[in-house]
This record gives sequence, C-alpha cells and structure tokens, in this order.
Amino acid sequence: MLTVENTKQWLFNFTEKIKEHAAYLSELDQEIGDGDHGSNMVRGVEAMEEKLKESDFESIADVFKTAAMSLLSKIGGASGPLYGSALIGMAKAGGENSEDLAPLLQAGLEGIQKRGQAEQGEKTMVDVWIPIIEAVKNQTLSKEVIQEAVEQTKALKATKGRASYFGERSIGHIDPGAASSGYFFEALIESGVLDD
Amino acid sequence: MIKYGLVIVSHVPAMAEGLTVLLKEIAKDVSITFAGGTDDGDIGSSFDKISEAVANNEADEILAFYDLGSAKMTLDMVMEFSDKKIHLLDAAFVEGAYTAATLAQGNASLEDIMKQVEPLVIK
Repeated sequence: MLTVENTKQWLFNFTEKIKEHAAYLSELDQEIGDGDHGSNMVRGVEAMEEKLKESDFESIADVFKTAAMSLLSKIGGASGPLYGSALIGMAKAGGENSEDLAPLLQAGLEGIQKRGQAEQGEKTMVDVWIPIIEAVKNQTLSKEVIQEAVEQTKALKATKGRASYFGERSIGHIDPGAASSGYFFEALIESGVLDD
Repeated sequence: MIKYGLVIVSHVPAMAEGLTVLLKEIAKDVSITFAGGTDDGDIGSSFDKISEAVANNEADEILAFYDLGSAKMTLDMVMEFSDKKIHLLDAAFVEGAYTAATLAQGNASLEDIMKQVEPLVIK
C-alpha cells in the first residue's frame, strides 16, 4: 500500500538512481537524441528532492503533485512535461493513500500518452510503462521484468520524439526515456511499496 | 483594445525575443509576450517562463506559437493550469506568428485568423 512515507521514499530512490546513472542516460541520448537526458533529469530530480524534504504532506496526491511541478519546472526538455503529466495523473488518481498501485500507474501512463501522443511500439517510455503495469497487475514485477522492458526498446524503430528523425538508425539503441522510466520502477521496488 | 494577444515560445531565448521584435514591427498594438529557453537561459523549455508570458500578456485570449515539440508539451501543461483562453497553433513558427500578428493588429476574427494560419500548419 502506498503511504506518504513510502511514496516519498520511492521518489528519493528515483533521485538517487538518476544521479547515479546520469552519464549513462546522456550517453544513450547522444546516440539518438541531443545528449542531455541525464543532466536534464538530474536537474529535475534534485529540485524534486529538495521540495519533498522541505514540505509536509497530507496525502500521496500532494506528494505526487509537488514532485510533478518540480520535474515539470526544472527538467527543461520533453521529459519535463512527460514525467510531470505522469505524476499529475497519479496525483489525481491517488487520494489520501492508495491500496492498489496498478490504477495509479495506469493514470500516470494516460498522462504521458495524452501529452506525448505515443502508442506502444514507438520506442518511448510508454513501452516500459505498459508491460510494468501489466506486471504490477499480475504481481510479477521484478527487476528482471523491468530490465527486459527497457531492453526491448532497443529493437524498436522510433516513430515518436526526436529519435524518430533517425528512422532505421534508431534501431539497436535503448531509448533514454525508457531507461529513466526503468529506474523509476526499480526505485518503486526498492521503496518497499510492493511488500507492504 | 485588441482582442487577441500572442505568446511566442522557443527553445532559445534569443529566438523567442527575435521573433517578438519582428512581430512588434507589424503589430504595435497587439500584446506579444515571449518565453525562451530553460529557467537558467539554456536551450529548452520552462514551464515557469511560459506561465509568466501567458500571465503577463494583456489579452484574455491568446494565440500561442512554438518552435519544437517539447515547447509544445510544456505549453500544453501551462494551458491546463491557466485561466486564460489559449489557442495553440501548430503552424510554421515565424510565418504562422507573423500572419496571426498581422491579422490580430487589424482586429480580425478568430475564424479569419485560423483560416489564414491553416495552410501554414506543418506539425
């Protein structure tokens, strides 16, 4: 079950992971984008961490909303509105606390898709969110499942986002947004939300 | 009083400002505000800067133009939070804004503006 505390922990874990893997995310982005995904995400999650630490929260909706506004304001690239929309979607679905994670993540996915207009198979973060939500529903989420979801974007041809300019040449590279989303869900596992 | 204002959003501060200079040349009475780059003035989009450009625009109804995709997504989000009526136009950045500014200066109707911008929609 999600509580204010473990939701915050989830987002702090996400912050740590992004900082740890920032160079790798930018490297992925250099292959099929403009090479700033790592540094953009770091700017966003650091601002988010600061806000989450300095505020008191009544509900998980508040936590997600605060996180959303930080990412939206500070990332500066397309990931800002995308992660912002995901978390705003989750805030709206959240309420005071949440028994069931899958509908919450589904609302996040809908936020992303509304903003970015991407469908499954277009080599975006959507390609990670969809199988992860399935796994959460089936109670089979693991780091292996996440890894697999991220890795399968390698074989896809990008048809959305800047990577789509590369056409066939986008094949063979992991999508950077898919990779950072992978860290988001690894952070979820490590927060203990699934065990409680 | 001119009914429609323009908001210009670019990834680059100098581009947003430069286009605004061009537009003001032909639309002196239209409220035109702009947002360029990230909070730090780097290349990108800033939710706060765009929100400010919308808030500071003297018109209650706004025609918004942007250069690239992530500026559009950030604009989309600003629209969700703003009380103002904002029309997001997917037109060629310079030509679209120039056409709309010219027509807004002449107090054209929204219908007329949209009709003339329509052929310039490229994204």
